[in-house]
Amino acid sequence: MLETLEILLLSLADDDLILGHRHAEWIGLGPILEEDIAFASIGQDEIGHAQAYYQLLTDLGLPTPDEYAFKRPAERFRCAHLVELPNTDYDYAQALMRHFLYDAAEQVRLQALRQSRYEPLAGLAERLLREEKYHWLHARTWVEKLGHSTEEAYLRLKSAYHLLWPYAWLLFEELPQEAAMVEAGWLPPNAELRSRWLELITPILAGIGFEVGPPASEVLLPLQGARHGLRSPHFEALLAEMTEVSASEPEAEW
Amino acid sequence: MYGNLVLRPDEIPNWGKKIEEEDPEKLAEFEARIARGEKIEPWDWMPFEYRRQLIRMIEQHAHSEIIGALPEGTWITRAPNFRRKLALMAKVQDEVGHAQLLYSAAETLGKSREAMINDLLSGKSKYSNIFNYPAKTWADTAIIAWLVDAGAIINQTTNSKGSYGPYVRALERICWEESFHLKYGYDSVVYLATGTPKQRAMLQDALNRWWRPIMHFFGPPDTQSVHTEKLVRWKVKLATNDEMRQQFLDMYVPKIWELGLTIPDPILHKDPETGRWVYSDPNWEEFWQVINGKGPCNAERLAVRRFAEANGRWVREALKSPQARYVMPLA
Repeated sequence: MLETLEILLLSLADDDLILGHRHAEWIGLGPILEEDIAFASIGQDEIGHAQAYYQLLTDLGLPTPDEYAFKRPAERFRCAHLVELPNTDYDYAQALMRHFLYDAAEQVRLQALRQSRYEPLAGLAERLLREEKYHWLHARTWVEKLGHSTEEAYLRLKSAYHLLWPYAWLLFEELPQEAAMVEAGWLPPNAELRSRWLELITPILAGIGFEVGPPASEVLLPLQGARHGLRSPHFEALLAEMTEVSASEPEAEW
Repeated sequence: MYGNLVLRPDEIPNWGKKIEEEDPEKLAEFEARIARGEKIEPWDWMPFEYRRQLIRMIEQHAHSEIIGALPEGTWITRAPNFRRKLALMAKVQDEVGHAQLLYSAAETLGKSREAMINDLLSGKSKYSNIFNYPAKTWADTAIIAWLVDAGAIINQTTNSKGSYGPYVRALERICWEESFHLKYGYDSVVYLATGTPKQRAMLQDALNRWWRPIMHFFGPPDTQSVHTEKLVRWKVKLATNDEMRQQFLDMYVPKIWELGLTIPDPILHKDPETGRWVYSDPNWEEFWQVINGKGPCNAERLAVRRFAEANGRWVREALKSPQARYVMPLA
């Protein structure tokens, strides 16, 4: 069961770790200073959350958070491809839409994990939700605000939404050994979580005139497999950067 | 659009007046208040020259904070472990937060944040020279967080005794946060200084490259710097550049030596008779070149800010749009 637990916790942790790094890239490049600060702060929370998930594994005698984050080969990561996508052209609409879709998913996931029968995870979910509340508030406020402003903002958000939607859908791709996790009462099936997520975001997206529905299967097919270790083409470069210093002197303390 | 513009220039009757054109009674009263140690607040009468000098100073400080976030910000992704990464993120976030505080303080004097940013991008308004040097290795980030922030604390603690209320209050909070940056920087430096030979070499190399910009940090020597007695009387300028540089050397040279590092200045020593540090000329010609745009990273830093400004324009336009509906936060 330890291997199964590791799959679950790494999926959760790796999503937060990688998105935290992407958010941090906005420092110095936001549209207003307040957004540089918000993205840095949210990114810092996410990276802290990743550390807390890894620590649950460390507590069971598995590697340390630093080993998981900075000394693991790419194919052993289990994050969704949504979080790997680079900040191409620093398009704020894309960053905001990703933040919105992801933090809605976090709300749903963590609300469910509070009931997890794996108690350390339930306790952690409770704690993380206290910070996540503000991520969701931030994302939702901005999407609603920009969605009702200028035509340009509306069109940019819409194109970001179309680009990201299939990736966001796959945040809830079935995990390897998911049946055993559900059986153990660790979490509800991802298909169930996705429905709750759709219930949460559909009224908001519909409110700004975006249609919500399942992506076509031919769109989804080539994007699948992230939870099994299949990395997107963007991951390698990011991981190389993340490990550049620690790998330059592997035995050193920093 | 940021809400701290208490008065616009056209609402300030003595805007643009030379000091000799000011109302002598009001001026005397203003100077008496400062002499009594009172703070000047945005709605109080003040000579235009006081307003102008403070805008220039606070604005430069704010620009330094956002530009200063760039060389360190690029190291967040590369930070080698959770402990350092989270601390560095918090630090860089603080620096941008300081810019926000400072722009707000400057806005109370009648210049909008937009106008200040425009002057930064056009090169009309300056920022600290030190951020025009590149952060080449991880050790550079440690030296910046320790010694550049130490310099900033000396400078800002001095200025926090000044007379303009909003600036003083912003500086008190900034110094509080900077003191954590310094602890983080020192801790990182200690790990490198006591680490592997490669880490030590990396640290020494960083110190070698940053020493001269750090010596420049407090500004040109008093013999080359024009500071009128008036700015001292108005508590805008509270210590001379050389005084602050001496204070820095006094506090940090012993700590640097204690770590077994070599400061790249063969004549650096404290004169036992005068109690003052003696140092080689840190090449003031270079200082003037960098301030006038010819430093190693001036073009790059401004290019990044120009990109961010242009790239985010649609967001700011959207926020100002009359169609924008107020969205009630949920908590």
